[in-house]
Amino acid sequence: MQAENKDFNITTDLPINPHQWVSRYADYLYTYALSRLTDEELARDLVQETFLAALERADQFKGSSTEKTWLTAILKYKIVDVYRKKSSQFLHSTDSVSAEKQQEDFFDPDDGHWNVAHRPQAFGIEDQDPFTQSEFTHILQLCMKKLPALWLSVFTMKHMDEEETDAICTALKVTPSNFWVIIHRTKVNLRACLQKNWS
Amino acid sequence: MGPLKKIQYNCRKATFLIEKKQLASLTLREKLELRIHLAGCSICRTFQKQSILINRMVKDMFTNSQHQQFTLDDDYKKQLQDKIDQQLNKN
Repeated sequence: MQAENKDFNITTDLPINPHQWVSRYADYLYTYALSRLTDEELARDLVQETFLAALERADQFKGSSTEKTWLTAILKYKIVDVYRKKSSQFLHSTDSVSAEKQQEDFFDPDDGHWNVAHRPQAFGIEDQDPFTQSEFTHILQLCMKKLPALWLSVFTMKHMDEEETDAICTALKVTPSNFWVIIHRTKVNLRACLQKNWS
Repeated sequence: MGPLKKIQYNCRKATFLIEKKQLASLTLREKLELRIHLAGCSICRTFQKQSILINRMVKDMFTNSQHQQFTLDDDYKKQLQDKIDQQLNKN
């Protein structure tokens, strides 16, 4: 053990400085997690897990990326893991059935026409001031929270992280054709939720 | 009904293509189908406008959250750094 200590000193031999991690990166990582998970407690836990996992893998840090990028990559992996778990719960729940039903209401099952009650109408915010826009964003966030877990995971990974479609399909175990169906349904639902709550 | 006639009246398919178009590329055939549909359907034109707006807002939301940081409370941070330091001292 003594010899190992001598050969490998985490704080001096590596281009990382864990003593500064919390003050330098904790808020950044917390914000990163919170904006993707909208769950404060979970976001906090993931920040801690990220630091501890990083310590364990400190010898793998090559210095080819910055400390911050490296920590973010570890966090990102953990977030995708959360998506994966939440989504697989969803697959076995009855929610999926009602979500399917909900979708069917939007269009006529025979000719694919918009059903009258669900026809998009103008929001009327295009030329509004920034305050109205931020109110609108708030409603958008609430609408996103109502989405089934799998849909939200797919939507967030695609739009916030701009992940490759293949990578999302692999991570969340959905087929490419299902991916597009989810993207479509998510938007139809989000749009309807916005219209309903914006008045 | 011929296939082009069909898409002309199919809003479900058209909105699907509107979503796909924003994230990937459409085939020539799909492009044509969508153009024909949108030319005759003002409801789907509204949908398209709003869909693009929503995507932009989601992106903005995310960029803003990069500027406007959330913060962890100091007690939690102290605990966190203590845990890290403990872990370091084990080595």
